[in-house]
Amino acid sequence: MNFSEVFKLSSLLCKFSPDGKYLASCVQYRLVVRDVNTLQILQLYTCLDQIQHIEWSADSLFILCALYKRGLVQVWSLEQPEWHCRIDEGSAGLVASCWSPDGRHILNTTEFHLRITVWSLCTKSVSYIKYPKACQQGMTFTRDGHYMALAERRDCKDYVSIFVCSDWQLLRHFDTDTQDLAGIEWAPNGCVLAVWDTCLEYKVLLYSLDGRPLSAYSAYEWSLGIKSVAWSPSSQFLAVGSYDGKSHPFLPSALSRRDEIASVPVALQTLKPVADRANPKIGIGALAFSPDNYFLATRNDNIPNAVWIWDIQKLRLFVVLEQLSPVRSFQWDPQRPRLAICTGGSKVYLWSPAGCVSVQVPGEGDFQVLSLCWHLNGDSLALLSKDHFCLCFLETEEGSVQPPDSWATTGRTCA
Amino acid sequence: MGDWMTVTDPGLSSESKNISQYTSETKMSPSSLYSQQVLCSSIPLSKNVHSFFSAFCTEQNIEQSISYLDQELTTFGFPSLYEESKGKETKRELNIVAVLNCMNELLVLQRKNLLAQENVETQNLKLGSDMDHLQSCYAKLKEQLETSRREMIGLQERDRQLQCKNRNLHQLLKNEKDEVQKLQNIIASRATQYNHDMKRKEREYNKLKERLHQLVMNKKDKKIAMEVLNYVGRADGKRGSWRTGKTEARNEDEMYKILLNDYEYRQKQILMENAELKKVLQQMKKEMISLLSPQKQKPRERADDSTGTVLSDVDEDAGELSRESMWDLSCETVREQLTNSIRKQWRILKSHVEKLDNQVSKVHLEGFNDEDVISRQDHEQETEKLELEIQQCKEMIKTQQQLLQQQLATTCDDDTTSLLRDCYLLEEKERLKEEWSLFKEQKKNFEKERRNFTEAAIRLGLERKAFEEERASWLKQQFLNMTTFDHQNSENVKLFSAFSGSSEQDNLTVHSRPRQKKPHSVSSGSPVCTSTLTKSLPASPCTSDFCPTRSCVSEHSSISVLNITPEETKPNQVGRECTNQKWSMASRPGSREGCYSGCSLTYTNSHLEKDDLP
Repeated sequence: MNFSEVFKLSSLLCKFSPDGKYLASCVQYRLVVRDVNTLQILQLYTCLDQIQHIEWSADSLFILCALYKRGLVQVWSLEQPEWHCRIDEGSAGLVASCWSPDGRHILNTTEFHLRITVWSLCTKSVSYIKYPKACQQGMTFTRDGHYMALAERRDCKDYVSIFVCSDWQLLRHFDTDTQDLAGIEWAPNGCVLAVWDTCLEYKVLLYSLDGRPLSAYSAYEWSLGIKSVAWSPSSQFLAVGSYDGKSHPFLPSALSRRDEIASVPVALQTLKPVADRANPKIGIGALAFSPDNYFLATRNDNIPNAVWIWDIQKLRLFVVLEQLSPVRSFQWDPQRPRLAICTGGSKVYLWSPAGCVSVQVPGEGDFQVLSLCWHLNGDSLALLSKDHFCLCFLETEEGSVQPPDSWATTGRTCA
Repeated sequence: MGDWMTVTDPGLSSESKNISQYTSETKMSPSSLYSQQVLCSSIPLSKNVHSFFSAFCTEQNIEQSISYLDQELTTFGFPSLYEESKGKETKRELNIVAVLNCMNELLVLQRKNLLAQENVETQNLKLGSDMDHLQSCYAKLKEQLETSRREMIGLQERDRQLQCKNRNLHQLLKNEKDEVQKLQNIIASRATQYNHDMKRKEREYNKLKERLHQLVMNKKDKKIAMEVLNYVGRADGKRGSWRTGKTEARNEDEMYKILLNDYEYRQKQILMENAELKKVLQQMKKEMISLLSPQKQKPRERADDSTGTVLSDVDEDAGELSRESMWDLSCETVREQLTNSIRKQWRILKSHVEKLDNQVSKVHLEGFNDEDVISRQDHEQETEKLELEIQQCKEMIKTQQQLLQQQLATTCDDDTTSLLRDCYLLEEKERLKEEWSLFKEQKKNFEKERRNFTEAAIRLGLERKAFEEERASWLKQQFLNMTTFDHQNSENVKLFSAFSGSSEQDNLTVHSRPRQKKPHSVSSGSPVCTSTLTKSLPASPCTSDFCPTRSCVSEHSSISVLNITPEETKPNQVGRECTNQKWSMASRPGSREGCYSGCSLTYTNSHLEKDDLP
């Protein structure tokens, strides 16, 4: 395991390009694009203000930098460094900006969710979408990029609009049987849309691409509902993390509730949730399926030190990883059943069915890993701290075979 | 003289009272009557006799005494004391032999009476102890009853309390339920209120949004713009097409295509899965058939039971299956058949496996000893199991013992004990049975004899009473005839006291008891001669008893009686034999029943005559 040298970073903005060739990172108002292998700076763009959000276009040709405070979006081309584009939302303000899947349109959400503006880089045309719903996850694209689902709110009712991304034509518009829709998520196969209700109502609904309701599931009344949702890569399972600390994997094809897997009461350090505050730290706050559909990693927010890994085939707990400090983030290797975990300390933890390993991030000073993201091929891992980032290269021959002894500290210092 | 009369009168009257008492008591159990009679009659008799002896015979009145005795004895059926007189004028000579015979006879009688008395006393004691036992039992049971009653009351009280508590809890539960209902209602109302408010707010918010939208968007905001160096080409390289109805239709088509693709993909997957499963099923079936048929061949040959028919079905199914796999039909047409056959086979397999399991376990059990090497773990497990078994067996034995003891405690009969003993030895049982029958027979005999004896004793007692009365009347007459003989009393007494000193201890003890027990009988008899006797008996310790003196006399006179006594007093003698002896002795007067009764009859008649006289 090798580590790159440490580079400067701000706002935890560091992203691999979708084709895996480049790495974009931000330092204040500057955008730096490096080659993933050599880590040499390929391009350096300067924005008008501090960058708050960056996103690669799907074809890795453009990067958008959102400057929310200014209501500005700046787009840079990797192929033509002199090319530039600036979108000003003016007095309407800007709260979110993202690429459309084709990489030629930018969708900007104005303040107060007044509308979504679709800017095209190909033509001068501008489209507006009214009544977007301000919610946890109100916009989702299918993985193939053909369709976009958007949650809407009209006359105190929830609707979902499905657009064709190629020409932004409204394909379907239907109301959902929800009190206060909280999020929508396409299944990876792009044919089923999961819709879940607000935290006050435990309700998940599944809709077909053509707007037919496929199934609905509501667990109980008078209790907090769903906190997080994740589809398995095979579209076979839908994991629903609820506020009661249980994750419910569904079989959307059969559309029946399979079982519920609860956090078993092992003696783990638990947080007592503050009951009189909104968004209490309880329930399954994070859910992630391994790329091979075998495992589901969850984090219960009132047991923040532990990551629970469930065996999806047998629907039972596989392992519990208890860390010394609260888990900040975890992410599966896109290629292998390998989970990277960071806890805000100077170590990065890797788990695979063969075992675990914790690696000390080398370098002078304390490198507190607050976030991490995997490279597409799973060979390297970007570790982000508050002001710096570095790359961690995992040797392929080591692969997923890790020493079986748990938490063996094999921190190799290779700068 | 007149004084004497007055003195004796109450005595007589008391005697008559006694008689009436006895007659009234004849209704009671014979044994109790008997004992009472003995106790009552012996002591006043002795008293009377003593007083009679002390003043009866003097130098002067020998003749009279003899004649009195003669008269007395003849009335009791004894031969006369006098020799047969040749002539009326000649004075009758005293026949010593007759006297001695009479005395002997009397002594024998006395002895018999004593024995009877003894028996009756022991029986009385036995009955008394029985009574005590029963009383204690009764008390115990009463106590038990009381405690159980108290317990019951306590339990009832507890039950009542529990019921009360239960009621309270029910009430509480109801209250809680009501509370829950109320709270739920409140929550529901709050929720509706909240929703309503939310909607109102949202509407306001929407209005505001609309207004803002108008304000912000409608003004030609110069700022809202996109600055771009040059428009870039589309990612797919095509030019953007106009949005027309055509594109809409195309989009729809596209969508359905995608959906169709997905469904097709899923169907393909399902088909693949089905094929896989079918393959597995077929393989399983083949293996099952190959596995089951050779083993089942034998039972089919043995008996045409149901498994045989099932197997034939299986074979048919197998044939069908192979055909169907050849043509690769869809499952739908043969699904039912297939599942049925599989189910049948599975059942067979299951039963077979179970049988095998049983066999294996049996073989394991049988071959356990044969195996030379037993794994340590197995051994330990086995020993543990055995220990547990031993423990269980011990407990079982204990409980059985307890039960047995309980049973024994409840049944104290010889019968049941002997029956219980039967369990152990058959021979013993036989022997015991024989003994038991023998014993029963004996018992019956004893019962009969006892009945006879008691009857005789009753009769004897009655007779004795009559005799006493007679004697008293006779004495009265004697006293009337007598003058003074006070000065010779002391000498007589001394003589008798000397006799009593040499007399047998047994007799003394036997006779002292009834005297203590029934003092009233003494008092009833004593008034006959109180005034004189108190003076005349200053130094005699226990000479008032008539019987010891008589027994002493018999020592000198008869040996036959003495021969019996040591036999009786033998401590080691078996009770049965002893009683036998006694009964046989006691039955002797019974044989003379007719004679006695005849005497008593004559006596009572005479007595009645005498009673009429004064």
